[in-house]
Amino acid sequence: MARYEARIEVTHLPGILDPQGVTVERALPALGYTNVSHVRIGKSIRLEVDAADEGTARAQVEEMCERLLANPVIEAYEIHLAEFAG
Amino acid sequence: MAPRVGVVVFPGTNCELDAAYALEHAGAEAVTLFHADTELKGVDGVIVPGGFAHGDYLRTGAIARFSPIMASVAEFAGRGGPVVGICNGFQVLCEAGLLPGALQKNAGLKFICRTVDLRVETTTTALTNALDAGAVLRIPINHFEGNYTCAPETLARLRDEDRIVVRYVDNPNGSVDSIAGVCSEGRNVVGLMPHPERAIEAVLGSADGAGMIASIVRAASVGVAS
Repeated sequence: MARYEARIEVTHLPGILDPQGVTVERALPALGYTNVSHVRIGKSIRLEVDAADEGTARAQVEEMCERLLANPVIEAYEIHLAEFAG
Repeated sequence: MAPRVGVVVFPGTNCELDAAYALEHAGAEAVTLFHADTELKGVDGVIVPGGFAHGDYLRTGAIARFSPIMASVAEFAGRGGPVVGICNGFQVLCEAGLLPGALQKNAGLKFICRTVDLRVETTTTALTNALDAGAVLRIPINHFEGNYTCAPETLARLRDEDRIVVRYVDNPNGSVDSIAGVCSEGRNVVGLMPHPERAIEAVLGSADGAGMIASIVRAASVGVAS
């Protein structure tokens, strides 16, 4: 059994309006950053999971994303998994 | 005998008394269904009222859908029982998969609290059976995440199957196709963002919501084959 640290990034699906991203993108030029585009705002979720191996841990985190952590109707997710260093 | 309509209460629900009052006003008996309950106490219909169930943590409705009561609500809906989700209740029903689509933040990123015009698009649902198609109702909205969205295939299906129940006359929040409420395939589960229970007497500014509450009561009194 090992411990894995998962970082999950939840973002809007392409084509789904991201009102926060749009608003921030409109605000940045006011500070002089006129070269910025494609601002996307999402969520970052971190958790630790004990599992026999990395594949098992990843499969479980994926299931958590499908069932709770993300809403597949409007959100995409990306899982970054690493063995917990302590 | 007056039909009995359950009103689901999660931690953070705040429209349950308005919903119960509106139901009683329409001649039904309102029955409180606590989120931790597993049985529906033999009700003939269910309202999932508005508020901030479980603090809207993670996403609106995301935690509430796992409440013990929701399994019973889903089972009741599966048998054809009338279930209406209002505002946060609509969000809960979407998260629970009882209705298609999802509600995201309003396009203008503002919390909107005002009375809007709502057009009744179909009358063969648990929310609109006592109304006329095309009727325009004055009903308050009160939400930050009422921007209805769904996949293009889902939208096409909703249109083809006449499942868009109410539309905003003047889209306040960016909802796709001005959708304010949709229904399930069986037309017995309906969700809408506006609050008909807050518009049932002239003294509240509008009595136009009374017809929607009457529709719920009528759907409940017709009963479900069990």
